[in-house]
Amino acid sequence: MARITVTVDGVAYQEEVEPRLLLVHLLRDRIGKTGTPIGCDTGNCGACTIMLDGRSAKSCSVLAVQADGAEVLTVEGLAGPDGWHPMQRAFHEEHALQCGYCTPGMIMAAIDLLKDDPDPSEDAVRAGLEGNLCRCTGYSNIVRAVRGGARAMRDAGAVGDR
Amino acid sequence: MTEQIDAGMVARQVAESDELGEPVPGRREVGAARRRKEDARLVTGRTRWTDNIQLPGMLHVAFVRSPMAHARITRVDVSAARRLPGVVAAFSGRDLAAEQGGLPCAWPVTEDMVLPDHPPMAVEEVRYPGEAVACVVATDRYLASDALEAVEVDYEPLPAVLDMTRALAPDSPRVHPEGNRAFVWKFAAGDADAAFRDAPVVVERTFVQQRLIPTAMEPRAVVAQTDGDSFTLYSATQIPHVLRVMLAITTGIPEHKLRVIAPDVGGGFGSKLQVTAEEVLALLLTRRLGRPVKWTESRSEGNLTVHHGRDQLQRVSLAAGADGRLRGLKVDLLADMGAYLMLVTPGVPLLGAFMYNGIYKMDAYDFTCTGVFTTKMPTDAYRGAGRPEATFAIERLMDELAAELGLDPVEVRRRNWIAREEFPYATIAGLTYDSGDYAAATDRALELFGYDALRAEQAARRERGDPVQLGIGVSTFTEMCGLAPSRVLGSLSYGAGGWEHASVRMLPTGKVEVVTGSSPHGQGHETAWSQIVADALGVPFEDVAVAHGDTGVSHKGMDTYGSRSLVVGGMAVLRACDKVREKARQIAAHLLEAAADDLEFTEGSFRVRGTGAARTIQEVALATFAAHDLPDGVEPSLDSDATYDPDNFSYPHGTHLCAVEVDTETGATKIRSYVAVDDVGRVVNPTIVTGQVHGGLAQGIGQALFEEAVYDADGNLLTTTMADYLIPSAADLPEFVTDRTETPATTNPLGVKGVGEAGTIASTPAVVNAVVDALRPRGVTDVPMPCTPQRVWRAIQEAAG
Repeated sequence: MARITVTVDGVAYQEEVEPRLLLVHLLRDRIGKTGTPIGCDTGNCGACTIMLDGRSAKSCSVLAVQADGAEVLTVEGLAGPDGWHPMQRAFHEEHALQCGYCTPGMIMAAIDLLKDDPDPSEDAVRAGLEGNLCRCTGYSNIVRAVRGGARAMRDAGAVGDR
Repeated sequence: MTEQIDAGMVARQVAESDELGEPVPGRREVGAARRRKEDARLVTGRTRWTDNIQLPGMLHVAFVRSPMAHARITRVDVSAARRLPGVVAAFSGRDLAAEQGGLPCAWPVTEDMVLPDHPPMAVEEVRYPGEAVACVVATDRYLASDALEAVEVDYEPLPAVLDMTRALAPDSPRVHPEGNRAFVWKFAAGDADAAFRDAPVVVERTFVQQRLIPTAMEPRAVVAQTDGDSFTLYSATQIPHVLRVMLAITTGIPEHKLRVIAPDVGGGFGSKLQVTAEEVLALLLTRRLGRPVKWTESRSEGNLTVHHGRDQLQRVSLAAGADGRLRGLKVDLLADMGAYLMLVTPGVPLLGAFMYNGIYKMDAYDFTCTGVFTTKMPTDAYRGAGRPEATFAIERLMDELAAELGLDPVEVRRRNWIAREEFPYATIAGLTYDSGDYAAATDRALELFGYDALRAEQAARRERGDPVQLGIGVSTFTEMCGLAPSRVLGSLSYGAGGWEHASVRMLPTGKVEVVTGSSPHGQGHETAWSQIVADALGVPFEDVAVAHGDTGVSHKGMDTYGSRSLVVGGMAVLRACDKVREKARQIAAHLLEAAADDLEFTEGSFRVRGTGAARTIQEVALATFAAHDLPDGVEPSLDSDATYDPDNFSYPHGTHLCAVEVDTETGATKIRSYVAVDDVGRVVNPTIVTGQVHGGLAQGIGQALFEEAVYDADGNLLTTTMADYLIPSAADLPEFVTDRTETPATTNPLGVKGVGEAGTIASTPAVVNAVVDALRPRGVTDVPMPCTPQRVWRAIQEAAG
C-alpha cells in the first residue's frame, strides 16, 4: 500500500492505495466521483478523460500513485459559482450529446484542446478529439459545440492560459 | 390520403423552426427545437450509470470465460479461488445447473426451429469464445479479477464451426446435436420464375454483411440485491419491462417480487435489447449469498460477449426489362445465428424480409432465409436489425442495374419507385406503405449535393486519369419501423405484443407527471414527451416531468427499440392526455355551470363559447384535488392511462448521396461530402431528429468503411479491443449535410414516423455504391465491406487481372 495525497475538484484526499490501483477507480470507487465513466480498457475511448495538473489525461491509463501530489479536475468540478462552464453550456446548446456517456471525457478533452489552439478550425477539432469516441452523435454537433464553447471562452478571456 | 407538401417550402419551414430555441407564448411545442431536459445531469457528471451504484456490503462478480470456440468441459475446480483473500464464493456451471434455467428466445420463427438449451453458465460444453464457465464473487473488483487465475478448467477441444456455407454441409462438425440448420423461413409473392424467364436483364450478386460489434459507449453492468423476499435488478438495459417478465420466467422469481431498473443507460443500438447470462446469474448469486452483487464488463469482455450484429451472406438476383423497370427479385439468405438463439436472434433477418423490395414496384419476390449455427457469439438486434441488410442489397443492386443498362443510378430508381399519388401502396412484400414522396426527397438531396457538378468533376478526373478518383453513391430507402402492430407480431410467431403504455398524472399544483413504458438510453424522451404533453394539455414545457425505466414506477411497457418510442410510446402519451383533458372538461363544465359540449379547450383553458368565462387546467386540477365541488358520480382524479397498439408500421424514407475520393494507388477512401434528406413525417423536435440522423449515419458509415468482428481460423475473436474493432472517430467522418421533407404519416394523429434507425439503414449502401462507382471504369463491380484501403486496393488489382 502506498499513501498518496491528491486534490480532486478542489478537495484534498489522503488515501492508502495499492500501487496497481487505477486513478479512475480511485475517483469512482473510493472518492465517489462517478461523473467520470469508463468506456474501455485500452485507452482508446477517452470517456475517462480528466485534467491532471491542468492537462488532459485518460484516468484509466494513470495509476493512482502517479497522481500523488497532483491536482485532478473532473467534469464534476467544472461548473463555477456562475453556473456551468462555457463548454458544458455549448454541449447542451448544440445537442452535442445523446446518451451522454462520452460527454465528460469529451468536454475535458475539448477544454484541453483549446489550451493549445483557442480558435480551432473544424479539422483541428476533429483531429484534436480523435482520442475520444462517441457512438451516438456522429460528431457533427460535438465539433460545433467545441467551436461554440471556444468562442464563449475567448469572449470570457478564459482560454490560452496555461 | 397523403397530404402533399412542396419540398422547398417544407425545407424553409424546417430551417426556420431550427432557429427557435426559447418558448414563445401560444407557440406550439411540437415542432420546436427545444434543448434537452436530460442534458443537465449528463454534462455535469451527476449521472446514475449502473456501475456508479454502490450498496452496503456489495460484492463484485468476475467470470472465467472460455478461451476456446468449442470444447467439452471436463473439469472445473474453484476451490483454490475460494480460499483467496476477499473471495466470498466461486461457482462453476455445474454448481448452478439446477437453478439457472435457460436464456430465452422470444421468436420461434418456424414450428420446427431448432432451439437449443442455452444455460447462462456453460455446464457440459462451450460453444463460443467468451462463454462463461465459472464465476468468482469477492469484496472488491480487483480481488475478484485476481481470483479468476486460480480457477482451474480443463477442456477437451471440439472443432470450431465458422463458415456458414460449410456448416450446412452434411459432414460438417455440429454446434448442437440437432445440426447446424436452425430454421428455413420462406416468403413468396407473385410468380418469380415468370418474372425471371426471358428477362432482358438479370443482375446476380453475392453480398457479405460482415459481423459487427454494436459498441455502445457504456459497457454492460448489472447490480442485483434482495431483502430475502423481493429482488431488485439494476441493469444497463434497453428493456427493463421485457427483462422483468423474462427473468421471472427464467429464474422462477415471481414477477411481482422482481423490480427491474434501467438507470441512466449509455447507448444501446440493440445490444442492450437482450436477456443476458450475467443478468440471470447476478440474480442467482444475490439469492444464494444474500448480499448485493455487481458485475461490470470490461470492453474486451464485452466485445466477446455482447451480442453481435449482421453477419449474413446474401445471394440476390434482380430481373428487369430493357427500360430498367423491375420484374422480380430473389433473395437467398444465410444468417449466422452464432452458437445460440437469444432474445430475437432468429427474427432479425426476417425483419429484413419485408424490405428487400425497398421503395420499388415489382411483380414478384421470393425470399428464403436459412439460420445457421456457428461457434461464435450469438447475433441479435443491432441498429436497423434486418432492414440495413435488405436496404444494402436492393440499393447495391439498383446501382448494378443502372451500370448494366448505362443509366444514371438516380434515373433507374426514379423509373421504379412508388409515385407520390400511389399511396397508400400495397407492396410485393405484403406491407402497406401509408405515405411518402420519394421524388421530393430525391430532388432536394440532388440540389444540396450539387449532383450534376460532381458528375462533371468525376468525368474530368476519369478523363485525365487522376489517381484520386471520385465516386458518387446513391441510396433511396424506406424502412418499416415503429415495432409493432401486435397482430402482425403474432402472425410472425413473436412471443409478445407491440403496444406501449403511458400514464399521465395531474398534480394539485397543475404540474404534470408522465410515466412512459418506453425506456430511453440517449434518445431524449423526457424532452420530446414534455413537448407532446405541453401541447395536449396546454401546460408549460417546464411543468412536465417524465418517469421511465423502473418497473416499480412504470409498471407496464414494451421499452425502446425498432424506432418505436415516438410512433408507439408517444401515441400512448397523447391518448392518455386526451383522457385527462376529457375528465377535466367534465369538471370544468361543472365549475363553469356550462354544458361540457359548450367548452372549447385552447392554450390550457376551458372556455365557454361566446362568453369570457374560463377555467385553466391547473385550476381544474386543484379543484379536483380538493374535491369539494365535483359533479355527482365523478371521481376526484384526472389521472389517466393509455395502452396504444399501432395499426401499421411506420415508413420513414429518404435519399442519401455520398461522394468519396478513392486513391487508386493506396486504396484509401475519404468521404468528401454526404447529404441526407430524410422524411420522417412531422417532427416533434428537429434538433433531436437531426441528432438521430447524424448518429445513424456514423454507424452506417462505420459498417461500410471500418468495422468488422474477425474470428481467426481456430475461432478466436481477434477484435476484442477498441484498438482492433474500429468505430469511427471525429477525424474519420465529414460534416453531414442534412435536411428534411415532411410527408405526414397517416397512421397516427401527430403524423410522425420513426427516425432512430434511418441513418444507419440508408448510409451503408450510399457509401459502398460511391466506392464502387469511383472504380467502375477499372472494372470493379463490388468491394466487400468494410471497404478498407487494403480491400479497395485488392479490388483494383483483381479487376486489372
